[in-house]
Amino acid sequence: MKVDYHKCLHCGGCVGSCPQNAIYLNDYVLEFDAGLCNGCGRCVKICPVAALSKEV
Amino acid sequence: MVKRYDCDIVVVGAGPGGSMAARYAAEGGLDVILLEKKAEIGAPLRCAEGVAKKWLAEVGIEPDPKWICADMKGAIIRSPSGFKFQLDESKAGSEVGYVLERHLFDKALAEKAAEAGAKIMMRAGVTGVIKDGERLVGVKGNQFGEDFEVYAKCIVAADGYESQVGRWAGIDTNCKLTDIDSCIQYRMVNIDIEEDYCDFIIGGDAPGGYVWVFPKGKGVANVGIGVMGSKCTGNADAKYYLDKYIAKTPGLAKGSIVEVVGGFVSTCPGLDDTTADNIVLVGDAARIIDPLTGGGICHACRSGMYAGKVLVECAKTGDFSKAALKPYEKMWRDRMEDKLYRNWMAKERLAELDDETIDEVVKLISTANIDEVNVYNLLKAIKEKFPKVVEGFEDLI
Repeated sequence: MKVDYHKCLHCGGCVGSCPQNAIYLNDYVLEFDAGLCNGCGRCVKICPVAALSKEV
Repeated sequence: MVKRYDCDIVVVGAGPGGSMAARYAAEGGLDVILLEKKAEIGAPLRCAEGVAKKWLAEVGIEPDPKWICADMKGAIIRSPSGFKFQLDESKAGSEVGYVLERHLFDKALAEKAAEAGAKIMMRAGVTGVIKDGERLVGVKGNQFGEDFEVYAKCIVAADGYESQVGRWAGIDTNCKLTDIDSCIQYRMVNIDIEEDYCDFIIGGDAPGGYVWVFPKGKGVANVGIGVMGSKCTGNADAKYYLDKYIAKTPGLAKGSIVEVVGGFVSTCPGLDDTTADNIVLVGDAARIIDPLTGGGICHACRSGMYAGKVLVECAKTGDFSKAALKPYEKMWRDRMEDKLYRNWMAKERLAELDDETIDEVVKLISTANIDEVNVYNLLKAIKEKFPKVVEGFEDLI
């Protein structure tokens, strides 16, 4: 996952919405556990400011 | 070097639910540590700050002008074509309330917990639970760059929407996409608002959710939106719909934004399991939120209080097993579950209605003669004219 920190509001919505519990909000930084992430894209879909995208 | 702490109860998260649990556990004589990840309790804001008044006494909170920003006379519900349903205090006493200063309210609750004897650790982010074999024995994290472990007889997970502690402990806290709302809110100034009324705009302006305007004084309000997760498309939907609504509303479009906050709420009727051996989930972490309004502060305070009281009882025998924690499940469910389920059904239906039907429903309730306005009586009035809207949960009305 890629985060655009110019957009991110650090609201933690992606953290609580991740079915894999693969995201951790460490202060103002989102940490992704690549081993847990299954690429479902839910965090990308629901972010209120479209700060997340799938890495290509 | 890992710093080690030992206590009876470790509470993760110093929001309203966590502080209430910590306070009631500490008042009962337990040794409590309350952990807060952020640098300030109650900030940054992640909330619309509207609450009803009636429940405060129930959980032992004395209203204090310090954290009451505005006292409301009522609420207004607006339909897509502008039909307006006004609820006034005289007719809607139980639903009308205050707009808070959350950064002060949350600190006041934490202060009560501290006065009761709870120790608060700030900037103490929890990153996992500690197990001894299968048994939960505490949490681990980092405070100011130093790793720590807190060993406790029971964990209270009050980590809000993120709800990770419960999941680390093996409780499923996931919600369906239809049971979450993606939210964004602006603090707007220099706007034209009805200063004494909380405003709710339902329908296509906010797919599956609503737009709110909660006054914070003259020309100032929290203007926000929730959009149902299943209706989000990855294109900054919450921000897109809020900007669109503001642009077409002249009284708002003329204003300026002085704060932007994001946030999420769950809109399910609470988790099936809010306890396991040596762990209790409270408030948003347990998904105990009004699914129709997204209001969670009173639910967090109630469930936090129940958790604290039950933990005091458990401490008498030293048994914090799921079976011993059962009174907690029973207390919050007896008090809130029927209403949560009814409002969840109402939310599900509302999300399916087209704008014309919503116009009709709002027109109906604004002309119906309802003595005491609350969700129950509103649904009853709707049931008479639009039975389809309440089909499947009539028995709860």
